[in-house]
Amino acid sequence: MLNNIYNIFFIPEIFLACSSFVCLLFGLFLKKNAFRQTSNLAVFVLLLTILLIYYDSESNFANYKSLFSHSSFINFFKILALLGSIASIIISKDYFLGIKLKNFEIPVLFLFSTLGMMLMIASNNLMSMYLAIELQSLSLYVAAAIKRDSISSAESGVKYFILGALSSGILLYGFSLIYGFTGSMNFNEISFYLSKYDNLNLGLIFGLVFVMVGLAFKVSAVPFHMWTPDVYEGAPNSITGFFAIVPKIAAVALIYRFCLVPFENFYLEWSQIILFLSIASMFLGAIAAIAQSNIKRLLAYSSIGHIGYILIALVAANDDGIKAASIYMLSYMIMNVAIFAILLSLKVKNEYLINISDLKGLSKSNPIVSLSISIIMLSMAGIPPFIGFFGKFYVFIAAIEQELYVLSVLGVLASVISAFYYLRIIKIMYFDESISEGIINFQISFQSKIILSLSLFVIICFIFYPSLLINISASLTI
Amino acid sequence: MIDWPLVSVIIFLPLIGALIILFIKEDELTSINIKWAALLATLGTFILSLILWLQFDYSNPSYQYEEKFRWFDDFNFFYHVGVDGISLFMILLSTFLTPLCILASWNNIKKRVKEYMLSFLFLETVMIGMFASIDILLFYIFFEAVLIPMYLIIGIWGGNRRIYASFKFFLYTLLGSVLMLIAIIVMYRNTSSMSIEFLQGNYFSYNTQLFLWLAFFASFAVKIPMWPFHTWLPDAHVEAPTAGSVILAGVLLKMGGYGFIRFSLGMLPEATEFFIPLIMTLSIVAIVYTSLVALAQTDIKKLIAYSSVAHMGIVTIGIFLVNQQGLEGAMMQMISHGLVSAALFLCVGVIYDRMHTREIEFYGGLVQRMPLYATVFMIFMLGSVGLPGTSGFIGEFLVIVGAFKFSSYVVIGAAFGIILSAVYMLYLYKRIIFGTITNNKLADILDINTREKIILIPLAISVILLGIFPNLFLDPMRLSLELIITNYEIANAK
Repeated sequence: MLNNIYNIFFIPEIFLACSSFVCLLFGLFLKKNAFRQTSNLAVFVLLLTILLIYYDSESNFANYKSLFSHSSFINFFKILALLGSIASIIISKDYFLGIKLKNFEIPVLFLFSTLGMMLMIASNNLMSMYLAIELQSLSLYVAAAIKRDSISSAESGVKYFILGALSSGILLYGFSLIYGFTGSMNFNEISFYLSKYDNLNLGLIFGLVFVMVGLAFKVSAVPFHMWTPDVYEGAPNSITGFFAIVPKIAAVALIYRFCLVPFENFYLEWSQIILFLSIASMFLGAIAAIAQSNIKRLLAYSSIGHIGYILIALVAANDDGIKAASIYMLSYMIMNVAIFAILLSLKVKNEYLINISDLKGLSKSNPIVSLSISIIMLSMAGIPPFIGFFGKFYVFIAAIEQELYVLSVLGVLASVISAFYYLRIIKIMYFDESISEGIINFQISFQSKIILSLSLFVIICFIFYPSLLINISASLTI
Repeated sequence: MIDWPLVSVIIFLPLIGALIILFIKEDELTSINIKWAALLATLGTFILSLILWLQFDYSNPSYQYEEKFRWFDDFNFFYHVGVDGISLFMILLSTFLTPLCILASWNNIKKRVKEYMLSFLFLETVMIGMFASIDILLFYIFFEAVLIPMYLIIGIWGGNRRIYASFKFFLYTLLGSVLMLIAIIVMYRNTSSMSIEFLQGNYFSYNTQLFLWLAFFASFAVKIPMWPFHTWLPDAHVEAPTAGSVILAGVLLKMGGYGFIRFSLGMLPEATEFFIPLIMTLSIVAIVYTSLVALAQTDIKKLIAYSSVAHMGIVTIGIFLVNQQGLEGAMMQMISHGLVSAALFLCVGVIYDRMHTREIEFYGGLVQRMPLYATVFMIFMLGSVGLPGTSGFIGEFLVIVGAFKFSSYVVIGAAFGIILSAVYMLYLYKRIIFGTITNNKLADILDINTREKIILIPLAISVILLGIFPNLFLDPMRLSLELIITNYEIANAK
């Protein structure tokens, strides 16, 4: 019994929860450098959590079987989310200090939202899923509005909160319908109950649609994407980086698990919704990004487009689809970490870079940085030999395995359209003559440099030894 | 035989050169060290590729110098490269033209020399890799990676409308090739193999073949380019720097023809049979129409660009005749066009470097000041027209001989195009070279210097060599082409 009580602290989620409080107190009692120290501690805590997940993967949540589940897919996404979180805390540290936003709460908020995400990914019950989503979202609402004296930051926080609360409401309504008609909140029990029937009754269909709407909001799939560009734009860059990198991972894992566990037998019902979301996201992401002049809005639309591709793999709903999703998500995370690591270190006339046109002349003043941006952009556009291509490639393999020919063709067409705006960034850096040189400077801390080099290394060198990462994702079960 | 990985060395030597260049410090004023490094890397590649030819086994129709490594654990994708009679000369063409391109850019590229050389070396690696790959996924990766350096070469070092041209080039070709990606995945799904060698034959049902064929067609027809998908080509050629045009005309267009032979003929024989009338019609329209358009051009580069489309029309006719003469003719025409049009673009580059204009009106009477230039230009001009004794003749002649077996209408169309090509090339030559100098600015134009001689004379020699000893080139490729034709006939006889 005693043994059990100690062991409970080695469950990754509980460890992370306790450590988050420790971080909060730690920051509170520090006089000097509270922000920096708390960030370092947060990174350390997250690293330990990864180790716990990695080494103690069997006994997790032994006592919470009905609330949380456990599988290789879940562990993979948890580790992905934690890695993303670590990377975004490290790359944003200098930025926060640069804009004199030194609240030690920020890393703590990141920790809590990461905790929420881990629970989201693992949840096996409608109630725990809802609570996890709320824990994650509330931390993010606060994070979006953290720059209190800035109107745009406050606006983005409020926007995010109102729309997020609305979607949570819809989600909850969907849950209650599902609970009402199946009599259970547990994913497996719902699945077992539904397996007795050939088709869903009207109430369950409504429940399913409501939940889909709520989840589509969380992954920012079109037509529930409106908040993304505004929130990305308004929040401080480093918070935007966090938004772009981490919550998407958890939300994607959740939507996969929700579709493939309780409703696995009702593929036809949910796949139509996902199909529409996927096509709409790919095309809107590709077309709306063309006209953007703000790099954060552009990245917002780009992430909407990427979600479209990940949803293709969900429509495929086979083992290849799960593999494709994990590879795509991995490549998405790495590319976003790399681009934000650069954006958070670029200053134009002592202001952090926001307008795409300010990149003009970067290839002259900073050839290495502009080369890196070009590689990331080409990778995002899915041009081989970079990692982004393989993400898309696996998605299309999964889709064609399921004979989704039209969807695949639409997908590649959208990727051609989206290539345009990625190329535009390269064009601005390389082709446009710059009038004023030397106004851009690039200052990057040692730690961010390591993160940036690592992610660039993976983007470029994935092709030489793909099996290393692919074997991991090939063995995932939902 | 050679027991070291010769093909891989040839593929990656330019890339290694690029990495070295990346880390050497650029000379501030002249960047001479960068240029020499690039030249040495490309020359080394060329010499190694000559070994490929010397050691080539003429009696073996399938791949030689094969290298195969497991690449992906979960799917049957291999790093699988090798050379057969078809790809041998495509590789040689790439390795031969790239050092010439480096030399051609020696003085006229003044900004960002380092990036320029990096792009060219990367481009060479992906070009060779594409022709040498036996795994389709590998082929696709190289095929699409070509876009990156070419986009940069047109966009950074190009002319006034370079941004428009580079975007058009990139998006147009990308649109074609992504459809090919879908086709490749469908092929893999049906056969669980990505080996070009294995897929040669007839593995797909008729309906599947039709769709696959269209997807491949979208990609190769844009690349080669066929009318009406050719509109990116004149823009890209006109705006690209000289060396960019050379590679574009010399090698990149051949990727389309190469793809047609390998994929459409080799893997989708029944669909090819179905679509032959379409190809023939488009090719004849291309030959006649673009020749007429070429006649009306006022820009020298644009004229040569349109003539490329017409010559590629002859190539597609030759390929889709699917008989020995036709295919051999198409291959010869591709090699010949690779040399001749590259040389013509270099010739344009010579006078452009001196006068900074490509307007035909501007020139006239160059023979008075540049006799040597006039001579080399004449050799290439005649090569383009297809005069016996030059490389152009062999290809056109073989295609027309092959076409007689198919339909005399095709012969009439092709022959009409050849006559027109004589018209526009001779007319161009007359306007630029002959007559007296009327434009005062040309009064003290200088004849070609040593560097330009080094570039143009090897090309002139090979154009004539190809014309006089075609068997030197036809013998290695003969058996590989026969294999494709045999497979094709077996599949369609069923």
